[in-house]
Amino acid sequence: MQWEVVIGLETHAQLQTQSKIFSGASTRFGAAPNTQACAVDLALPGVLPVLNRQAVEHAIRFGLAVNAKISPASIFARKNYFYPDLPKGYQISQMDIPVVIGGHLEILVGDEVKVVELTRAHMEEDAGKSVHEEGFIGPHGEPSSGIDLNRAGTPLLEIVTEPVMRSAAEAVAYAKALHGLVVWLGVCDGNMQEGSFRCDANVSVRPKGQAEFGTRCEIKNLNSFRFLEEAIQYEVRRQIELIEDGGTVVQETRLYDPDRGETRSMRSKEDANDYRYFPDPDLLPVVIDDAWITDVRSKMPALPAQLREQWQGEYGLSAYDAQLLTQDRDTAKVFEELLAIVGKPLAKAAANLIAGEFASSVNRAGIATAEAPLNADHLAPLLMRVADGTISNKIAKDIFAILWEEAIAGKAISSVDQVIDAKGLKQISDSGAIEAIIDQVLAANQKSVEEFRSGKEKAFNALVGQIMKASQGKANPGQVNELLRKKLS
Amino acid sequence: MSWHNTPIALMAKALAKKEVSSAELTQYFLERIEAGKQWNAYLDVNAHLSLEQANKADQLISSGKSGKLTGIPVAHKDVFVTRGWKTTAASKILTGYQSPFDATVVANLGIPNENNPHGAGMVCLGKTNMDEFAMGSSNENSAFGPVLNPWNAAHVAGGSSGGSAAAVAAGLAPIATGTDTGGSIRQPAAFCGLTGIKPSYGRVSRYGMIAYASSLDQAGPMGKTAEDCALLLTAMSSHDPRDSTSLADSGEDYGRYLNQNWKEGNANPAKPLEGLRIGLPKEFFAEGLASDVAKSVTEAAKLLENLGATLIEVSLPKTKLSIPVYYVLAPAEASSNLSRFDGVRYGHRADEYRDLNDMYAKSRTEGFGAEVKRRIMIGTYVLCHGYYDAYYLQAQKIRRIIAADFQAAFNQCDVILGPVAPDVAWRLGEKSKDPVQMYLEDIYTLSTNLAGLPAMSVPCGFNVNNLPIGMQLIGNYFAEARLLQIAHQYQQASDWHLRPASEVA
Amino acid sequence: MKLDDVQRIAHLSRLELNQAEAEAVLPQLQAIFSLVEEMQAVDTSGLEPLAHPILFLRDLAQPMRVDRVTESDHRAENMQSAPAQHDGYFLVPRVIE
Repeated sequence: MQWEVVIGLETHAQLQTQSKIFSGASTRFGAAPNTQACAVDLALPGVLPVLNRQAVEHAIRFGLAVNAKISPASIFARKNYFYPDLPKGYQISQMDIPVVIGGHLEILVGDEVKVVELTRAHMEEDAGKSVHEEGFIGPHGEPSSGIDLNRAGTPLLEIVTEPVMRSAAEAVAYAKALHGLVVWLGVCDGNMQEGSFRCDANVSVRPKGQAEFGTRCEIKNLNSFRFLEEAIQYEVRRQIELIEDGGTVVQETRLYDPDRGETRSMRSKEDANDYRYFPDPDLLPVVIDDAWITDVRSKMPALPAQLREQWQGEYGLSAYDAQLLTQDRDTAKVFEELLAIVGKPLAKAAANLIAGEFASSVNRAGIATAEAPLNADHLAPLLMRVADGTISNKIAKDIFAILWEEAIAGKAISSVDQVIDAKGLKQISDSGAIEAIIDQVLAANQKSVEEFRSGKEKAFNALVGQIMKASQGKANPGQVNELLRKKLS
Repeated sequence: MSWHNTPIALMAKALAKKEVSSAELTQYFLERIEAGKQWNAYLDVNAHLSLEQANKADQLISSGKSGKLTGIPVAHKDVFVTRGWKTTAASKILTGYQSPFDATVVANLGIPNENNPHGAGMVCLGKTNMDEFAMGSSNENSAFGPVLNPWNAAHVAGGSSGGSAAAVAAGLAPIATGTDTGGSIRQPAAFCGLTGIKPSYGRVSRYGMIAYASSLDQAGPMGKTAEDCALLLTAMSSHDPRDSTSLADSGEDYGRYLNQNWKEGNANPAKPLEGLRIGLPKEFFAEGLASDVAKSVTEAAKLLENLGATLIEVSLPKTKLSIPVYYVLAPAEASSNLSRFDGVRYGHRADEYRDLNDMYAKSRTEGFGAEVKRRIMIGTYVLCHGYYDAYYLQAQKIRRIIAADFQAAFNQCDVILGPVAPDVAWRLGEKSKDPVQMYLEDIYTLSTNLAGLPAMSVPCGFNVNNLPIGMQLIGNYFAEARLLQIAHQYQQASDWHLRPASEVA
Repeated sequence: MKLDDVQRIAHLSRLELNQAEAEAVLPQLQAIFSLVEEMQAVDTSGLEPLAHPILFLRDLAQPMRVDRVTESDHRAENMQSAPAQHDGYFLVPRVIE
């Protein structure tokens, strides 16, 4: 049986504001419990909500960036359920008329560019936190949880995709692209450890070719890309195994346990809870007029999609490289800075460096791009020395690795020229010298010469390899190729 | 000096002339409160706090920083949160609750300080009894016992602002604040012989007013005269940035038309209401209305006619339907508004429970009274998936028809006149067995809350048993000053409002 | 409306009714709902619901505040009525997820 996986993601992005969505308490992370929970956040008798303009502006900004429709008058609705981290016994959210409708996001899955359609994005308030510690004992000696409402009322944007993803890899690619975008826009700080960006995955399977969707399960609160991938993969396996064993998937909410590597059903929240949504009578329609939208549009930074289009057009970059360079604002910034120094003719080389060695070094080190120890000033000479023939591309990669190691270790960073001189890495471009090496290699590799002459093209590459080795990688590859061909013809 | 029979307008003059101090006035009423416990009008009194406020008021008066209301005592319905005094909304579920902030209404009327520079300088006498969470029409739903009617202790005072009504009628406060979601200012005012006004929705801040039905609740004054109500309403009313449904401050003086003629340029002092068209909805005078109430209200209409007004018959066809509409919408909003009472952060928590959900259920079941539980359940049901369209949405649509019907009526008249309730105050226990029977008593008042219009209750007579009867005046949006004008002119030509309650010394 | 509706709604509202109480409240709720049924006779097709009375006359918009921290730490005062607290946390019976 061939199975198809269907995934939709709901992402909660905390909007970057000083104060809460409905009160003037601070949203700063890490404060002592309940010191940033004012009367409104605590749902004391008599309090009422008042909307934070910046939260709406962030929502508009996001909507414009994904080419969505901005609702001219959206409505806040109450989602009613009981939970200790939800002080009012309802969450103020948006139901029938959300602030952002539709939209789409371009993502890179492996080498392919795909488009993920969004259903909607709406504003809502975050709940508080419950903490489980041994020291929490209730008034009758019962083991208890501590409720901290500092987070209650933090503005969230809930972004919902259509169920268009077909693999865990796609889901992760989307989550990363969305993460990059919201940070790029400045609407969310993207700090997943602090809970600023959380994904819920709706996962179902169906036999390939079947039109109807299978029953889906929701996996909640995945706060790392790795867990997102693992959880989806586990859940897909679980559902397929269940069905193949003759069972049926039950629609439910599940949590991912990273220690066990499995999802399990949440027993405490009620399944099929009737949330009894109705428009919040304490809040009026949120009116967003064209003037406001125009104003937000004018203040937007150049968007990743725009930059990609521009760079592919002007500099001939591949779609793949363009995606890599625009995955976050800092990467794009480094590229732009490098480009500014080395100039347009070296645009492709700059793209290759940043999207290649630079990006993978950043990833390996597990740091954010903004924390990278090498900047455009360090890197520009590398490209220029390749361009002027002083070193080869391969040597440039080696030099990059040397500089990175120095920088990461906190040592003084050498200049490119210093490394070239110290290690004698200058490219050999003198044809006489190269010919001499070629002659040496040909003499020692008669077998390969005969094989080449008898039609094996692979033997040519083997000879090139030997020549590069004999020259410690310093022979100019282009000249080697040219001169070797001449000698063998 | 019988201060409890003195309108606050005159009290203000006496304070200004130093004939009496705020401390003396406050002490006067505190003593009457102490001697008047049988009405069960108050839930919390704190003489020390009151006198502290009175002293501050006296300082303001002597330093020349006083206004029209400085130093005058006021009682607050226990639905308003107050620092210092307890707040219970007459419910066990708020046992022990101390609010860290004052309701905006309380601050607007209270002693000014650095947080609240615009307070009117009144002295809080205490918190008055009410139907639990403002749900009721007789003040028999209080967790702390019913309020008795100072005109006849065997009868209800009306609800939900029964405590405020009884306090003023029994001379335990010169004026009081109430709230009105379906008639809860107007009806107890009528039952206790008082004047009361519910302003247009949005005129008075709801911040700090424990929510029952958010789109219907409004606060207003309950006192002895229209003039007193105008004074209090002007000070209560404000734009509050903490309340998103609070309207822009009109800055108006609601008493500005009191002593004017309805028509500018009217030269006839005997006909001050010349030009006023009064609409009498035929549905307000149909079957179900007690004959003694009908008689008094009709006579009141005639008196207004004698003062120059024209009477016209109008129609409010959805009058009866306003009852189911209200009893879908108000419980729906209430069921959600009351979810915060869960024993977690304040209020009553059960002593014994197995787990979290059990704690919720026991705390709420122990803490809420029967009527509150009934309305929560109704509200939960009508919001449930599958019922929402047929009940909640349908009710909101009929609500629009009701609002439109009023506009059609106001095309023909300036103000609508009718009874406040079908009956005078009934006997304690008479209607409390059957909730629906009680709901039907709200027939004439509910539609004004649904439409958000301003409306008043004005004393206009007594029945054979000397129980008060009130007439209702309903105005178009923002016409409070005009309603008060009409009521004031009526009160210049009648004295129903001046009679002291029968059983009060 | 039936008895199991009553129990279901009671649970949704976190209220507890024993059998006798549920049986007692059922006819009361049924009476209220037969009153409410009268609404069905009204033809409301094409009408928009009126959620806010102040929107009847004009289109008012939700006011918005400038994004600024205006509340400071008042934890002790805000938590003074808490039934159970420890180290600045509200305590509730432990929830196992």
